Amino acid sequence: MATGEKIVNDLTIRAATVNGSGSQSSNLVLTHALFRLGIPVAPKNVFPSNIEGLPTWYDVRLSPQGYKCRSGAIDIVVALNAATWHDDVASVRPGGAIIHESAYPVSGATLRTDITYYAVPFGELAKKHVAQGSLRKYLVNMIYVGVLAELLGIPSEAIEAAVREQFRRKPSAVETNLAAVRVGVEYAQTHLEKRDPYCVEPMTGRTEGSILLDGNRAAALGCVMAGCTVLAWYPITPSTSLCESFISYCDRFRADPATGERKAAIVQAEDELAAIGMVLGAGWAGARAMTATSGPGLSLMAEYAGFGYYAELPGVIFDVQRAGPSTGLPTRTLQGDVAFAYTLSHGDTKHIVLLPATVEEAYEFGMDAFDLAERFQTPVFVLSDLDLGMNVWMAQPLAYPDRPFDRGKVLTAAELERVESWGRYADPDGDGIPYRTLPGTPSAKAGYFTRGSGHDEFARYSESAEVFARNLDRLARKHETARLAVPQPSIDESGRATAILAYGTTHHAVVEARDRLRAAGLEVDYLRVRALPFSPEVAAFVARHERVYVVDQNRDGQLYGLLRTDLPAADAARLQSIRHYNGVPIDAAVIAEPLLEAERSLATPA
Amino acid sequence: MSTGVSKINLNVTGLSREVYKGSATTLCAGCGHNSITNHLIKALYEYGVEPHRLAKMSGIGCSSKTPAYFVDQAHGFNGVHGRMPSAATGAKLANRDLLVLGISGDGDTASIGLGQYCHLIRRNLDMTYIVEDNGCYGLTKGQFSATADLGSVLKNGKVNEFETIDVCGLAIELGATFVARSFSGDGKQLVPLLQAAFAHSGTAVLDVISPCVTFNDHEGSTKSYAYVKEHDYVLHSADFILGRGEIEVEYEPGSVQDIELADGSHVMLRKLDRAYDATDRIGALRAVHEARGRGELVTGLLYVNPASEDLCERENVPRQPLKDFGEADLRIGRAEWAKLMESFA
Repeated sequence: MATGEKIVNDLTIRAATVNGSGSQSSNLVLTHALFRLGIPVAPKNVFPSNIEGLPTWYDVRLSPQGYKCRSGAIDIVVALNAATWHDDVASVRPGGAIIHESAYPVSGATLRTDITYYAVPFGELAKKHVAQGSLRKYLVNMIYVGVLAELLGIPSEAIEAAVREQFRRKPSAVETNLAAVRVGVEYAQTHLEKRDPYCVEPMTGRTEGSILLDGNRAAALGCVMAGCTVLAWYPITPSTSLCESFISYCDRFRADPATGERKAAIVQAEDELAAIGMVLGAGWAGARAMTATSGPGLSLMAEYAGFGYYAELPGVIFDVQRAGPSTGLPTRTLQGDVAFAYTLSHGDTKHIVLLPATVEEAYEFGMDAFDLAERFQTPVFVLSDLDLGMNVWMAQPLAYPDRPFDRGKVLTAAELERVESWGRYADPDGDGIPYRTLPGTPSAKAGYFTRGSGHDEFARYSESAEVFARNLDRLARKHETARLAVPQPSIDESGRATAILAYGTTHHAVVEARDRLRAAGLEVDYLRVRALPFSPEVAAFVARHERVYVVDQNRDGQLYGLLRTDLPAADAARLQSIRHYNGVPIDAAVIAEPLLEAERSLATPA
Repeated sequence: MSTGVSKINLNVTGLSREVYKGSATTLCAGCGHNSITNHLIKALYEYGVEPHRLAKMSGIGCSSKTPAYFVDQAHGFNGVHGRMPSAATGAKLANRDLLVLGISGDGDTASIGLGQYCHLIRRNLDMTYIVEDNGCYGLTKGQFSATADLGSVLKNGKVNEFETIDVCGLAIELGATFVARSFSGDGKQLVPLLQAAFAHSGTAVLDVISPCVTFNDHEGSTKSYAYVKEHDYVLHSADFILGRGEIEVEYEPGSVQDIELADGSHVMLRKLDRAYDATDRIGALRAVHEARGRGELVTGLLYVNPASEDLCERENVPRQPLKDFGEADLRIGRAEWAKLMESFA
């Protein structure tokens, strides 16, 4: 052990590998082994838009506090990609370590004096110990798990349990992989001298009772429990796994082996516009229907989104955001669709948008979205992002739903018999939400004509100026009603002058940023927006603070902009914008540093 | 009616023809679409469709306005331009009990909606899809559409320089299971074809040439009343016989093709072209191509596959409408849920 203090359970390990080399299994084994030791883990997969050959990185952050955002620094790198060797060396924080293929040259720019090098002949070890040539490139990754385990002090039982879990559906692979792990352990024992400060130790009190789950699977489970029966989708990263998870859960839990019938209809559509068309057609006819997409698909859906808003049809659209504009970075994360989704389509269109931050919320909002869509008879957008959707997160077990479906204002044949007449777009309750009937309702009074052209309260074609404006006003009233029906903001407030306002996965960086600010002597309040339209609580919160820092993961400060439009001018003036938009998940420093600087410049007279 | 004087004819469902009517048309007087609406009213009435089971779907354009002009009591869905097939797909998946009737036009189908049209056919959704085909855009005042024939002339003298998209030929190529072509002026042929389309299980395409009296009914147009009447090559006259049971119709051998449809109904094709077999896909393609080469319009039931399996059957969608399932049917049970959560720990 080198001089200096040990750093226990507080580090980020990065595996730098080549896409398609099978490193994901090793990364998951490492993650699960650490999780089993009671150490909070936060993995981030930084992968290319590619099947094989481009560089890929997998970061797993360990932190005793249970932080779930990126740490912003890499402590240990496992370098197994010659193409990124220079960059990988540069990425290690001073005092950190790099475990690398010994064939890589350590000289010139790759020779640093402030990090520890562990050269391991991975290629040779694999050649020597893995008989089957085709398996070598995969098992190299297990060798590095062994090296890491030995250097960090991860007990072999934890690794073994994680390997067994990882390959539970393929038991024949367990022994081969364990053997490869042992090759790494033994090499490290005999050839490597521990010279870095990092180690892991079993912990208690942080991970007990938790699960590890990605947001897309959690959202898919939300859809299953919400009673979604129609899925129409078009594959697009990073939303694909949401749809595929839904399909696999339907196969597993909704199929009748006797008849072959499955209580779900799933269509892989020709494009995203067809997908949302199917969703709205199904919603019109009374089924709970959803699609999932990402930015480019959302662009394509704009046409039908406006129809859904104006003709008042329920449907749920998940947008697992990636980095745009255009194709952008398909495998990187951003919150770049917020403003677009909120007003998606031409004309005065405004949608309900849910903004989950956690795996638990991906699931809960997945369910809420269907209730809101039917209650408000409108498309509801759930804006997740790649970070939440595709990364694995520590979370609480998802709670079994405690309430029935809210199917909204639907008139049955019996109810129709009791009324003289009804207007599909009338507002008898004053909340802007009309009543609807479903096709197939056996009543001569049920039918009406759904159209995207001008219509009156009785769904009749109308070009009347008064009727048109009246209908738009009612739709605005409905949107106002939604302010209190959508998930309300989560607020942590104790009378400070300064506050942070954020949404979505930025939350995890805010948690750590507030700790850092506290350590620097600055306490800040915090409001997390969980849906659009804004709850009245948001305006009230802003009014109670002198300065509110709004954090967006997009270049233009989209939520900041929406807030400025929504708030009275005096309150809008309290807002300041912090923005992060490089496609890598936000970390605490991005928030804490500019905020601290701004606050200190206020405190210091010029 | 309290007077009880009029003796009203009722259909098999016990409804009068009045029930099948809709709002007054707002299309031009003499528009082929209005004739089609009248033929539809007759076909739906005779077929005995229960209005609440009918879902009238359309896109945008003159044709797409017509669902407002029949069966007032039914639900209608006048969606966005060229995207009716997707909405129809969703509606049918949500409720298999619906009789889904889509009305589109040549622009709505062959230009902006060509993608959805193709994929609808590929999936073989159980619906009737009518193209009210006049070769031009009416609401925007007379531009060519993609079904206009090469060399056809617009009212302003402009000649169409582009090949036509033949929606029937395309449908057959894509594996459509029911493809017919007819003429808005030939109710005798069209009504039984419509009824056969309702009875068919799968996507039934009917391309109905429907002259636009305002913008495409002049000398030089190949979609005018005069041109169609002169160039209509009729394969057969059709009779539709509703309901199951033995059919006892006498006919000269080889003169009639009797096809049993999915719901047990029959369509009897009285052959004018003795050699034509409506279940021969390649023959149908040949007929379409040869007629076009002659500058003719081949009408009749071009192709049908009576053994067609529709999307819901292929996808094992339950008979009970999906919209009717509740929490107990759709949610994962508590015990299984607990196990699932354990597997994530």
